[in-house]
Amino acid sequence: MATTVPAHGLGEAYKRKEDARFIRGQGNYVDDVQLPGMLYGDIVRSPYAHALIKNVDISAALKVPGVLAVITGKDLDAAGLAWMPTLPGDTEAVLALDRVHFQMQEVAFVVATSRYAAADGVAAVEVDYEPLPVLVDPKKALDPDVPLLRPDKKDKQPTNQIYHWETGDRAGTDAAFAEAQANGVVVEQEMYIPRIHPAPIETCGCVAQFNKATGKLTVWLTSQAPHAHRTLFAIVAGLPEHRIRIISPDIGGGFGNKVPIYPGYVCAIVASITTGKPVKWIEDRTENLSSTGFGRDYHIKAAIAADKDGTVKALRVHTLADHGAFDAAATPTKFPAGLFHICTGSYDFKHAFVDVDAVHTNKAPGGIAYRCSFRVTEASYLIERMMDTLAYNLRKDPAQLRLQNFIKPEAFPYRSALDWTFDSGNYEAALQLAMKNVDYEGLRREQAEKRARGELMGIGISSFTEIVGAGPGKHFDIAGIQMFDSCEIRVHPTGKILARIGVQTQGQGHETTFAQIIAAELGMSPDDVDVEHGDTDTAPYGLGTYASRSTPVAGAATALAARKVRDKAKKIAAYLLEVGEDDLEWEPGRFFVKGSPSKGKTIQELAFAAYTNCPPYLEPGLEAVDYYDPPNLTYPFGSYICVVDIDRGTGEVHIRRFMAVDDCGTIINPMVVEGQIHGGLTQGLAPAMYEQITFDENGNIYGSNFQDYLIPTSMETPHWETDKTVTPSPHHPIGAKGVGESPTVGAPQAIANAVVDALAHVGVRHIDIPITPWKVWSILNEKGLASD
Amino acid sequence: MSTHHLRATINGTVYEGDVEARLLLVHWIRDVLRLTGTHIGCDTTSCGACTIIVDGKATKSCTMFAVQADGREIMTVEGLEQDGKLHPLQEGFHEEHALQCGYCTPGMMMTSLAFLQHNLNPSEQEIRVAISGNLCRCTGYVNIVKAVRYAAQKMQATEQVPVSAGQGGE
Repeated sequence: MATTVPAHGLGEAYKRKEDARFIRGQGNYVDDVQLPGMLYGDIVRSPYAHALIKNVDISAALKVPGVLAVITGKDLDAAGLAWMPTLPGDTEAVLALDRVHFQMQEVAFVVATSRYAAADGVAAVEVDYEPLPVLVDPKKALDPDVPLLRPDKKDKQPTNQIYHWETGDRAGTDAAFAEAQANGVVVEQEMYIPRIHPAPIETCGCVAQFNKATGKLTVWLTSQAPHAHRTLFAIVAGLPEHRIRIISPDIGGGFGNKVPIYPGYVCAIVASITTGKPVKWIEDRTENLSSTGFGRDYHIKAAIAADKDGTVKALRVHTLADHGAFDAAATPTKFPAGLFHICTGSYDFKHAFVDVDAVHTNKAPGGIAYRCSFRVTEASYLIERMMDTLAYNLRKDPAQLRLQNFIKPEAFPYRSALDWTFDSGNYEAALQLAMKNVDYEGLRREQAEKRARGELMGIGISSFTEIVGAGPGKHFDIAGIQMFDSCEIRVHPTGKILARIGVQTQGQGHETTFAQIIAAELGMSPDDVDVEHGDTDTAPYGLGTYASRSTPVAGAATALAARKVRDKAKKIAAYLLEVGEDDLEWEPGRFFVKGSPSKGKTIQELAFAAYTNCPPYLEPGLEAVDYYDPPNLTYPFGSYICVVDIDRGTGEVHIRRFMAVDDCGTIINPMVVEGQIHGGLTQGLAPAMYEQITFDENGNIYGSNFQDYLIPTSMETPHWETDKTVTPSPHHPIGAKGVGESPTVGAPQAIANAVVDALAHVGVRHIDIPITPWKVWSILNEKGLASD
Repeated sequence: MSTHHLRATINGTVYEGDVEARLLLVHWIRDVLRLTGTHIGCDTTSCGACTIIVDGKATKSCTMFAVQADGREIMTVEGLEQDGKLHPLQEGFHEEHALQCGYCTPGMMMTSLAFLQHNLNPSEQEIRVAISGNLCRCTGYVNIVKAVRYAAQKMQATEQVPVSAGQGGE
């Protein structure tokens, strides 16, 4: 019998639910929160990159109209709060005590009745500094004559080294390299991935409200991980966790920037506890770019050993990581360099060895993942650059070399030389689709013709493999908390649903896509499912949204919670229809008796019965919770092809085409996926050509505002072309892999490879990103290719 | 700090008050008048999150003093929807998935509105030039361009005057 099946949503370009408030200017971001009697905080920051603090004089500041208090490092020290732990186990100064370690470091916190009065107070605080020698170059960090930056560390023999970490098969790798030196080919390349900043358009900030009567602390916080932050605040500040409520409201972009806890948050909380009034702290753009979590800053030396026919054998990577003054990287405890050892990429290496040395310098702390799953971008960049280097060395086509070395579709699940188990993939299919879409052979012919005419055109390929969706919890934790995630579903008597999830959206569209997951599982319309998140008093515990983990982890929890709802609904259906559960069959939205389709109950009828006519042997109500610990990570992949033309007069690189073929497994909402890819590609273009933060020899930061730190505008951003293949994850309940970061991971090297490809015929093998017109023109000039 | 009396029309409503000379227009709109749809992203007139329309012109309200708005007609994102009907730009941004986190969206729509007043048949390149002073970190602009074109077509079809005189426009 035909039944009316409501739209169930999975795979549909369902328009976003959250848009309704945003297009009306009714979003509720942290700086929109205004409470009665609210005070404002502002931070006194160091102009020096390295200096001793001889004195902090707050007397003049306290006389400024509107200024109520100035909190110094010494004040915090008295409360045991001058230092806070970082995720990798370092300690970071909340407010500097006797020494500043980077320019713009937090020194004092002024509390006043308005933003303007707080700024006046900051200007009136007088700090007496004694400048110290500055360490800027990480390559010199371990030299004997450089200053020891962290005498506060409790190490027996303190040095500027943070850690040495290595993984892989050193002996097997060495042997493969020796063999290749003798009978094959070895290629080697140094490359630097500069310090960049996620720079969401909304900066970081908070409103802290401590209620002295109830002892409850509520913090509206720009947080990508509100539950984890609640627990950390409880541990660090000693506050009872049930009396801390973190509300992560609408967040104006995160991209990793809003994973760490920053001194301004702690100061605002201390100020609210001290004054008994709500305190708002919102950083300005310069504070954001110069003091909060940066990404990348990896100095990499990579080498590939291969046969003469181009079959890769071994990969060796040494990396020097510049973590700045404090090791405030956002990374799972076991993996100090994150998932960097995914660097064998899409290729079947038999041996690999990776080591990373991390050091301190007089720069802002960080090492967070700029739209990336814990250093995957660095890994993917190096292997994709190296494959091109190998191709040029062997005079092979970069596409053919990739096709020759890909992990084959039948090899999955595939155990990599660095001990990851890739869940699924079909790398050849993605690359071949991208090649077909751009007419790769035609482009190569065009390139040859142009070269003959003296014109410079390049074609760059990136066939990246990502690794996202951390846990499993036994391997991945944040400060000891296992990286599971969660969903709670409440089906109301009339069949409408309120779901709450442990992850937090910063624009990804969870309110829409998670509603689609539930709607698909229960055969109803996403219109009937509202999704809430970000309030720790109501949402189930979760580890937050970063590293593309929302869909792989919380998305799985959501599907499984919905299945628990369906399982209970089935018991109710059996009772109402007076049959055994085995006699029931499910079609979207409805259970019916096998062989008797007209005898059935819709999910709405079953929800109503759960509250009005529940079987006596069941608990009333229809709710479910699922905490999901994934058995493995997911491995999204794709192949990107970038086509560039280079202006020989100016060195300007024009991206003519950019074709992105992504495979993120099962697609929940193709419109949202495409939007994520567009944005991710733009954040891949950004470091490839524009963004970087540098320092002069005194540790003065360059790139601390949007006039120096160049975010791509609509003028630089090309018209992205996208396509897809679909290879579901075998272990995810709906086969989804996550997509938000793939394009940021995959794009930079496609662009870099295209530029190098345009110049490969004159011997160019590498250009460090960002590839600026000046860098390109300098090469053109050196090679005699620059035109007037 | 001297204070000044200020009177301005925003979205058809007259607002007035005494403000410090140094108060930025964006802070008056957001913190005093509580029209929080206008956002702040950079403080250096680079990102455009604070864009509003002042006397018909797209204006970044983080680098204008509140007192400079005295006697002016202003439109903010809150003025787009009229009588419960979404403006074609609002529709376009929703239909074309031209927003993700929503933070740049109000400024992006106001810039687009000022642009469409003069060009209801824009090319992709003209739209890209028009919105080049507004940064978006989420969308990669492709869908914003589509949304502006969607609005242009709809406004052209209905011959809608983008900003009526009483609503803060030319």
